[in-house]
Amino acid sequence: MLEIKNLHVSIEEKKIIKGLNLSINKGEVHALMGPNGSGKSTLSYVLSGKDKYEINDGTIEYNEKNLLELDVDDRANEGLFLAFQYPMEIPGVQTSFFLKTAINSKRKYLGQSEMDALEFAKLMKSKAEELNINTEMLKRDLNVNYSGGEKKKQEILQMSMLSPKMAILDETDSGLDIDALRIVSEGVNKLRSKEKSFLVITHYQRLLNYIKPDFVHIIADGRIVKSGDYSLALELEEKGYEEISKSA
Amino acid sequence: MAATEQTIKQINTLGDTDYKYGFSTELDEIRPPKGLNEDIIKFISTQKDEPEWMLDWRLNAFKVFNKLPKPEWAKLNIPEIDYQDCYYYSIPKSLKDKPKSLDEIDPEIIKTYEKLGIPLKEQKMLSGIAVDAVFDSVSVATTYKKQLSDLGIVFCSISEAVKTHPDLVKKYLGSVIPVSDHSFAALNSAVFTDGSFIYIPKGVRCPVELSTYFRINAMNTGQFERTLIIADKDSYVSYLEGCTAPMRDENQLHAANVELVALDNAEIKYSTVQNWYPGDKEGKGGIYNFVTKRGACRGKNSKISWTQVETGSAITWKYPSCILQGDNSKGEFYSVAITNNMQQADTGTKMIHIGKNTSSKIISKGISAGKANNTYRGLVNILSKAKNARNFTQCDSLLIGNKCGAHTVPYIESSNSDSMVEHEATTSKINEDQLFYCQQRGLNSEDAVGLIVNGFCKEVLQHLPMEFAVEAQKLVAISLEGSVG
Repeated sequence: MLEIKNLHVSIEEKKIIKGLNLSINKGEVHALMGPNGSGKSTLSYVLSGKDKYEINDGTIEYNEKNLLELDVDDRANEGLFLAFQYPMEIPGVQTSFFLKTAINSKRKYLGQSEMDALEFAKLMKSKAEELNINTEMLKRDLNVNYSGGEKKKQEILQMSMLSPKMAILDETDSGLDIDALRIVSEGVNKLRSKEKSFLVITHYQRLLNYIKPDFVHIIADGRIVKSGDYSLALELEEKGYEEISKSA
Repeated sequence: MAATEQTIKQINTLGDTDYKYGFSTELDEIRPPKGLNEDIIKFISTQKDEPEWMLDWRLNAFKVFNKLPKPEWAKLNIPEIDYQDCYYYSIPKSLKDKPKSLDEIDPEIIKTYEKLGIPLKEQKMLSGIAVDAVFDSVSVATTYKKQLSDLGIVFCSISEAVKTHPDLVKKYLGSVIPVSDHSFAALNSAVFTDGSFIYIPKGVRCPVELSTYFRINAMNTGQFERTLIIADKDSYVSYLEGCTAPMRDENQLHAANVELVALDNAEIKYSTVQNWYPGDKEGKGGIYNFVTKRGACRGKNSKISWTQVETGSAITWKYPSCILQGDNSKGEFYSVAITNNMQQADTGTKMIHIGKNTSSKIISKGISAGKANNTYRGLVNILSKAKNARNFTQCDSLLIGNKCGAHTVPYIESSNSDSMVEHEATTSKINEDQLFYCQQRGLNSEDAVGLIVNGFCKEVLQHLPMEFAVEAQKLVAISLEGSVG
């Protein structure tokens, strides 16, 4: 599904990612953990195609395509989804309208006809209920005056409606209370399937109690320094980043 | 469908711009020679078969025009206009003998309106909207006339009203915009050609939207629209105007005067979707749009609401205003002005509070892209008698790219201590992170800009009649195509 080889990335001459390798197969959930400034968020932006990042070396293959050659919207329509750490507010644009526009952009890209209003309303209602989201909220402007938790739930709602092949969750747990964390995690778990892959980026092991990853990677200074299974996350919680990085 | 395809084909042959209405219609025209003088004014008046008082009124306005300097307050770069190098009257020959029914109208003209999405034939008429179609200097047809006249509503061209309702025209024409107001107003008064006249009788709520569609077709020709709307006591009317013109390399002049009068408890809602040809990317061609629009809330509890979406024209100079004379009267101004490439707009409003407890609300959204300049200019004037007057103004500017400009010039004059005036203003750039967010959800960059800008304009667009709000949203997106590289 996703194959990152020897990736080197800099921003304004500053090297952030320094030779990162990562391979994610269909149906796998990978957790990427690391301290502040280790390059976690940069990786999520590079994968989704944000500009300002310079790719100095390496390759990224996604679904047998050269990901780096695709535009941001094409990547999205090819099934790559980024749940933002800080979802953007768009005043004057109703959340439900935004969702509909996103779904229809994807359908247009895939050569399908627009989803009719009724079908859309049904889909939105059922997905919102799964995430315990009041549909009244979807009448409000996108993310405007949403609480931190509401914004994150909104991201997961978008994810579940767009049904991506490869979802990247960038610190989705930050700013969530325990209840919201559980609901968001359940939403993600419902999407898990043999066809879908996840890259869960987080600081804390806490999220991984809810979303059990198949693999855990520890990133430090722009490189993956240690990989393992779920137990690595527990070891990390015990020893801290510094010691794990040293022992690597 | 065929008309649409034809339009697309025509547009494709017209070169590098995306202006959808840029085609022209080949017609034989009646046109007096170029130039502005008393003979031309007499010619117009004769062509229209006007009574003498109307001609006298025009000739007096021409004298006034000659004495007035060009208004200079706007932040616009207006090239010197040679009034002698312009045609002041042009009508398709086939309309000379005043066709009695649509069957007698040149099919080319009917086709033109069909291409613009304005069917005039009975069986295809837009439901819920009565249309007066103005082609160059003359009104072609007015739909739903019979149904409206049954309610006592007069909806016809101003030329017709001069003859059929002279008392109303004499009483109200020039009563809101004096001939001597400024030189464009005087010019219009001297040479106005056509426009709509509406009278809503006492106690009548007009059941359909009334609408005028202005089309400039002939080359080198100015269009001098004159519209007069009178809402008698306890009446209501919603009116909408749309405008387009062919793409031509030279500039064309559109100088309109629009007067509204609302009597006791009457309400007029006036919406504009202005999409005159803006010129090409280098600023060649396009319409000079000098418009004076003013409404008088003469009666108590009366209300006038202006909503405008200004996306076209090379230069827009326009300040739809309200004179709040009646006690408790209300004025509103909702505006979206978009300038792209080399377009310039200086637009805003004047709210003159005279009566007690009068209130006004101004919501202005200016969007500037390319190398365009966009200015909001507004006056809130509260006179000493206007006890307890209220105003709220909000001006938001959005910049796309770093070569465009946005300016806000609010004037507030208050001669009264118990009035309250609020002004809020913001200027922002379109946010890269918002764009990225939308694109990450699969929207291409132009759809993303369209979505964000439409969100920015929502407070204004939601005041448009439903049927036009959707069109306006599309127009907003189209006007900004190519603005994000």
